[in-house]
Amino acid sequence: MIRTVFITLFWVILTATPSFAQTTPEEYRAREIGAQLRCVVCQNQSIEESDAKLAEDMRLAVREQVAAGASNDAVIAYMRDNYGDYVLLKPPVQTNTYVLWFLPAGLVFFGLLWFGLWPRRKIQVVEENAPLTPQDQALLDDLMRDDT
Amino acid sequence: MNMRGLIPLAGFAVLVGFFAFSLTRDPSILPSELIDKPFPEFDLTNLAETETLDASLLAGKVSLVNVFGSWCVACTVEHPQLMALKDTSDLQLVGIDWRDTRDGANRWLVRHGNPYDVVVFDAHSKLIVPLGVTGAPETFIIDRAGHIRYKHVGIITPEIWDDKLAPLVESLQAAPS
Repeated sequence: MIRTVFITLFWVILTATPSFAQTTPEEYRAREIGAQLRCVVCQNQSIEESDAKLAEDMRLAVREQVAAGASNDAVIAYMRDNYGDYVLLKPPVQTNTYVLWFLPAGLVFFGLLWFGLWPRRKIQVVEENAPLTPQDQALLDDLMRDDT
Repeated sequence: MNMRGLIPLAGFAVLVGFFAFSLTRDPSILPSELIDKPFPEFDLTNLAETETLDASLLAGKVSLVNVFGSWCVACTVEHPQLMALKDTSDLQLVGIDWRDTRDGANRWLVRHGNPYDVVVFDAHSKLIVPLGVTGAPETFIIDRAGHIRYKHVGIITPEIWDDKLAPLVESLQAAPS
């Protein structure tokens, strides 16, 4: 009996808790935006992850704009206007980032070309073994003979 | 000797050179996106809380806008430089008191002197985020039309004033309004 009560209680607590953790659509959107924005005074943390004061300020600014009905893209564009491309965690594809985006693929391509497909002069050294002398052959036969 | 084998090595050397160059640049100094753009709109009070201030504050005068706070240690280093500018009558010195208390800022300005013609009180980073500020001190030079013309991150040393800011301020003041 006590066991049933305990299990029931446990089950109720377990299933009831998540309802407190629900987020409003605005908050969900703000977090989605914040996850894409770099905390500009930290090392590679988004403003959602960072405890820095400035990240807090930026989170508030994002929420203000979301509450005012700005779209995700508009909020991100606003932050980019203020802080520059650096604020974007994922760098945009544009002229000054072509090297960043295309160099790795380019290097792989070049490497394949260089090491794989380039017509190479194959140095084929075929060693001609000198035939065994009759003495050597006799010695070999002797060694190879099954002794049993 | 076949030199062709050295080409990938040369490519690697170029890459190393590029990375070495990148290491010499301080990533915390962001290029300002705001150069030649109008100073962002704001609606805040002055430090004494006697009047509300907005971007029209900057109209018609060449201004130096300096972000500071009583918590900011580097600002005390920079302060004498600003005090020296206090008497330059044509240049409007605007302070943005950031993430501070009015009491704290007042005490700080009494102790170190107040070079500012006007201090904007921004406890909650309302103006800081639109300005793209990452830390104090940071300084902006604003032309008569209210456009941001220069941003300096960090302390204004005498060298930086003499070499960069002073010539810019002079040329802006000389320009017809």
